Amino acid sequence: MKKSIAIAGNTGPKVRSDCEIALEINSQGGIIIDLNSKVKALYGDSIIKLIREVLEFYGIKHANVKITDSGALSFVIAARMEAAVKQLIKTDLDYLPDFLIENNYSTTRDRFRFSRLYLPGNNPALMINAGLHSADGIILDLEDSVAPEKKNEARILVRNALRQINFFGAERMVRINHGERGLEDLHQVIPHNVHLVLIPKCESAEDIKDVEKEISRIKSVIDLKNQVFLMPIIESALGVENSFDIARSSENIVAVAIGLEDYTSDLGVQRTFEGKESFYARTRLVVAARAAGIQPIDSVFSDVADMEGLKETVLRSKALGFEGMGCIHPRQVSIIRQGYAPDETEIEKSKKIVLAYESARQKGLGVVALGSKMIDPPVVARAQKTIDLAIRLGLLTANWVNEMPVQENSVLN
Amino acid sequence: MTVNTLKNAAGRSVPLEINGQPVIPFMGVGKYKPNGRRYAPPIPTCSDYPDDGNKVVGSLAEALQKCGLRDGMTISTHHHLRDGDLVSNKVFELASAMGVKDLVWFPSASFPCNNPIIKYLDDGTINRIEGSMNGPLGRYVSEGKMKGTAVLRSHGGRVQAIQDGEVKIDIAVLAAPTADSFGNAKGTGGTSACGVLGYAKADSVYADKVIVVTDNLIDLPCFPMEIEGNYVDYVVVVDKIGIPEKIVSGTTEITKSPDRLLIADLTALFLEKSGILRDGVTMQAGAGGTSLAIAVFVHNILKNKGWKCRFGFGGSTKHMVKMLEEGQMGYILDAQAFDLDSVASIEKNASHIPYPVFNAYNYHSKGNLTSMMDIIPCKVPWSIR
Repeated sequence: MKKSIAIAGNTGPKVRSDCEIALEINSQGGIIIDLNSKVKALYGDSIIKLIREVLEFYGIKHANVKITDSGALSFVIAARMEAAVKQLIKTDLDYLPDFLIENNYSTTRDRFRFSRLYLPGNNPALMINAGLHSADGIILDLEDSVAPEKKNEARILVRNALRQINFFGAERMVRINHGERGLEDLHQVIPHNVHLVLIPKCESAEDIKDVEKEISRIKSVIDLKNQVFLMPIIESALGVENSFDIARSSENIVAVAIGLEDYTSDLGVQRTFEGKESFYARTRLVVAARAAGIQPIDSVFSDVADMEGLKETVLRSKALGFEGMGCIHPRQVSIIRQGYAPDETEIEKSKKIVLAYESARQKGLGVVALGSKMIDPPVVARAQKTIDLAIRLGLLTANWVNEMPVQENSVLN
Repeated sequence: MTVNTLKNAAGRSVPLEINGQPVIPFMGVGKYKPNGRRYAPPIPTCSDYPDDGNKVVGSLAEALQKCGLRDGMTISTHHHLRDGDLVSNKVFELASAMGVKDLVWFPSASFPCNNPIIKYLDDGTINRIEGSMNGPLGRYVSEGKMKGTAVLRSHGGRVQAIQDGEVKIDIAVLAAPTADSFGNAKGTGGTSACGVLGYAKADSVYADKVIVVTDNLIDLPCFPMEIEGNYVDYVVVVDKIGIPEKIVSGTTEITKSPDRLLIADLTALFLEKSGILRDGVTMQAGAGGTSLAIAVFVHNILKNKGWKCRFGFGGSTKHMVKMLEEGQMGYILDAQAFDLDSVASIEKNASHIPYPVFNAYNYHSKGNLTSMMDIIPCKVPWSIR
């Protein structure tokens, strides 16, 4: 035994939906549970039953358990118990809560990743309702939002969250830690229908290869068939220089993101609202991603109270060619989604271009004009892309040509 | 002690008598038809009041004595000074010092600042509270420490009980941010402005004796008067009736919780899609983070659609004032102002109208504003949140 009392989880006046467990394994005396919970009258019995089940699962017959509960759900209590047990005894056994049938959905390479909501990996309160906010993806974060001493328990909590929380169709992502610890993280996340793994602080194609190798190994052991996509995050000057190599280092990579806090600190400059200091890096990343045929994703906007600033930043980001941004607060989701989606003016203009092209083609004309402007094939292609995007986003019906008001359509005919 | 009970229309066992008075069990909506006439206070005569109309007396103690304060009386106060109220507690401090016992305190609401009342429940000055009991006061009552039986009354039910004579107010002590020597009073002006005195109106009309307590005495007439001097017996001038920063409640900031904002957003969307929200809609905005947020989302929909809410019913908040001032709300009918922007709005916006609760929630009346409204936010009891 390493130490006599293990402590896992969180407690305090501001803690919600979590619990702290202090576990002491003894050689005699049976199991003594001291439960302190505001929901004791309603759920006390089931909490105690769960704790006994976990202890029995790990073959522990004599223990003192003190649980200070702030309304934790069962999968949280189980995760905290498991984390405490694993501090005291060496075991490879995982106490897995049921896998929710609703979580058995898959993703696709080309789905939208406009908005991805970051959820600190050791904070259950922020995870529980996260799926309600309609983000394209949720990111259970094991990296920067988790304190170093909490890394192990966060990993277990995130695993249980992947099994037990309904994220309502959002793409299920996990940001692992950098390096060796990140490879360990994979063991607790890959088997639980994670769709995409974010790899932080990528500086070379090698970083990707290491992760990919470990994922393949885990998949072959448990005979897992579904594809796990990757999204490298580039956060340093070296990473930016190697961005194209990184972007095409694996066929599982579907997007590449930039992390500007670390990047600007690597450069030794201040991160500004204007973002001139990162203009080159961001542009370079967009070009690298496009060249590799994947989505370029922008850095998060860190002032959660400044909605106007966020809106402006998203529009600038979209103009540079980015296709999405991380969200650090649910309130950012709708602004980011709307910002990257085509707006009404864009859609209207694209409709006109596509119709003009169609009309010219039917008449056998080689040159297409709209008003006084000539329309080249790339312009038509871009307009068609906007139309397709609008249809996929539900901003336009697939049958839009036939639903156009008659006079608008007739001008072009 | 045995209590005679009966199963009411809602299937609950209820007593037939509370505090020695018979009560009518719920018979089902609209089933009970009241008979008789409304309660009325005794007829006064001008000869008992100063010819010059000056009803100012030296102190609250003097006014209470002149009103004949004695054991067992029912004393009412209103809650518009909210957590900054310096008047209600003072009444019972004086009563206690005078050795008066077994009073009934009949407030329109109570706040944490009223916790010292516990002292007067303990020493027998107060027998019971009828109205609202929150926080430590509520705990005290729940623990069975109060001598009489507590009676919780809704805002409308309170007005109804006053009007029907179910509760006979012996003395109404009405704090007034501005008043004149005749007793005309209003909720605006001075340093303790609370905007509206909507919940004090019925007390002023039906109480046997009415004392107006103000810290801002102005020359006659105090206009527009919400409390009319003709109902008032005495006017008391004190240094301070309230603590200004506590008069305005903290409930008018919209919630920052993303989950609650989502609930509010979806509610507004539901109102729009279901056709409940439309041009000419009437609504109440409510207080408390989530329902306030609904008002903000509703406002956006009204703006985008070019619709206008015909009138909004207060309690008013800065969010309603914004709707009024930006043209998405025709009128605010206001029984209480929840924040400083609303208080200011009453003074500057002609279509922001003080409107007593008399006409809103009272079931024994010739029509009920609540049944005429399209949207009323409803607070969900904490236990099922």
